[in-house]
Amino acid sequence: MKKLSRNQTFLLITVPVLALFFCFNTLPLIKGLIYSFTNFKGFGSYDWVGMRNYADLFTDARVGKSYLFTFKFALVATILTNVIALLLALGLNGKIRAKSALRGVYFVPRILGGLVVGYIFGYIFTYILPAVTGGSSMLSNTNTAWLAIVIVAAWQSIAQTTLIYISGLQTVPEDVYEAGAIDGATGWKSFKELTFPLIIPFFSINMVLSMKDFLMVFDQIMALTKGGPAQSTESISYLIYNNGMGGGQFGFQSANAVIFFIVIVAISVFQLNFTGKKEEQL
Amino acid sequence: MKQKNKVAATTNWPLTILLIAGCLTVIFPLYMAIVIAFKKPTEMTNDIAGALSLPKSWSLENFAEAMRVTDFWHSLGYSVMITVATVVLAILLHSLAGYAIGRSMAKNKFYKFSYLYIVSGMFVPFAILMMPLVKQTAQMGVDNWFGVILCYLVFYMPMNVMLYTGYLKNIPIALEEAAFVDGATTWQTYWKVIFPIMGPMHATVAVLTALGTWNDVMTPLVIMSGTGANTLPLAQLTFQTQFGTNYNLAFASYLLALLPILIFYLVCQKQIINGVVNGAVK
Repeated sequence: MKKLSRNQTFLLITVPVLALFFCFNTLPLIKGLIYSFTNFKGFGSYDWVGMRNYADLFTDARVGKSYLFTFKFALVATILTNVIALLLALGLNGKIRAKSALRGVYFVPRILGGLVVGYIFGYIFTYILPAVTGGSSMLSNTNTAWLAIVIVAAWQSIAQTTLIYISGLQTVPEDVYEAGAIDGATGWKSFKELTFPLIIPFFSINMVLSMKDFLMVFDQIMALTKGGPAQSTESISYLIYNNGMGGGQFGFQSANAVIFFIVIVAISVFQLNFTGKKEEQL
Repeated sequence: MKQKNKVAATTNWPLTILLIAGCLTVIFPLYMAIVIAFKKPTEMTNDIAGALSLPKSWSLENFAEAMRVTDFWHSLGYSVMITVATVVLAILLHSLAGYAIGRSMAKNKFYKFSYLYIVSGMFVPFAILMMPLVKQTAQMGVDNWFGVILCYLVFYMPMNVMLYTGYLKNIPIALEEAAFVDGATTWQTYWKVIFPIMGPMHATVAVLTALGTWNDVMTPLVIMSGTGANTLPLAQLTFQTQFGTNYNLAFASYLLALLPILIFYLVCQKQIINGVVNGAVK
């Protein structure tokens, strides 16, 4: 057999990989876009409806509510996760005993599946917490159910975020603090003016990663509330799944998914630009 | 100098104690799951003590019942099969693709385009692919575990190809040239020289891909539904109604679902933590 040249080998590898990627990423993406212009129910025949799904999206109260919930949830969860993770990372990077054992324990939530974690916390919210506080379950109240989702999602997400902050803190050389201490920078001042600027790249990574994960929240909602009570915790992913797959809104929810996709891209580009600029200034 | 050594050696005990106490937030949900899973329903009185006290006798009955109800061994089999196949194929396929693309993208526009095309897939949320993928996998006759593996290979391709091409930048091309001189083809050079050198990146890819696929609910939920087959997390969702208010049975089942990954974590804690951090930071 004739020997293949380097370029031929590369081509023989790349083309099938691109074909596979096209088949299970780009093709369904295009199909989703096409379905978004139809009134397809998920079965049977369908007609073209032009831009009507998109026009309806902006007046649909349930869709609007799910966007509001998803953004409120993602924003609060991102801030909560990053604040706690940063504090935890500072602690775990301090002069403590049993450092690696503690890090090992705090990392555990990262490896557990969101659905089962959701079920376990569901029991805490439904039976344990009300017994302690004497109130009713957080999950049955439209004002507090979303907070329960925030708590569970943050509980899991803090694990990885902390680890990334720790690896950031380890890049800060000890003599930076020593030099800072001579200039009188200790405690909060030392953190604000020395530590934080030096770990901004890690801060950006964490903001981008946690925001993106939280915007796509699904498992925890499936386990804790199934979108309730009164659709107050319906995330965009959950709504697309629930109404698109089972609710006969295949076409309409495809349009919702297209908008969701655009929103995700826009946010990612904005975050990357924004954090990129901040890093440059330093 | 003496002063400095003394400072470095001092343990910050209040911080250590605070951090150990903080571990309760991680341990409490797991402790609760364990004690409830070992209890009989009659031990569950309506106060907190009924739920949180240690069981009177540690019986494995709930676990045996949970295994029967959720068809545990079959679900475990599917989970293991899907995760192992995805990880092995991802390492082989994505590293090859990363190699072909990474080695050519500097001088060839086609590969530069291929790289950007695949990596841009990172911004595509599953929600938009979900509904078309369900139709498509059904038409192709792969609406089963095999289709789930194909989907994962595509979903993890953007991240993995990016990680591999990034890692490859630090591997000097001179290493390959030595092999070429000995008459080896590009294909042989890859498997003998490059693939082994990328060992640390294989570990990172394996950890990230394995954690993602093992805990994923959404993909098997929409693609494998109707086949009667479950993955471990999916079984918890499927049999949720059968658990009813028998929380002892439910928690035994949740623990069984968490156990494999917890054991895995105890054995390879260091690799898992490194993998997750490397994947995010690089």
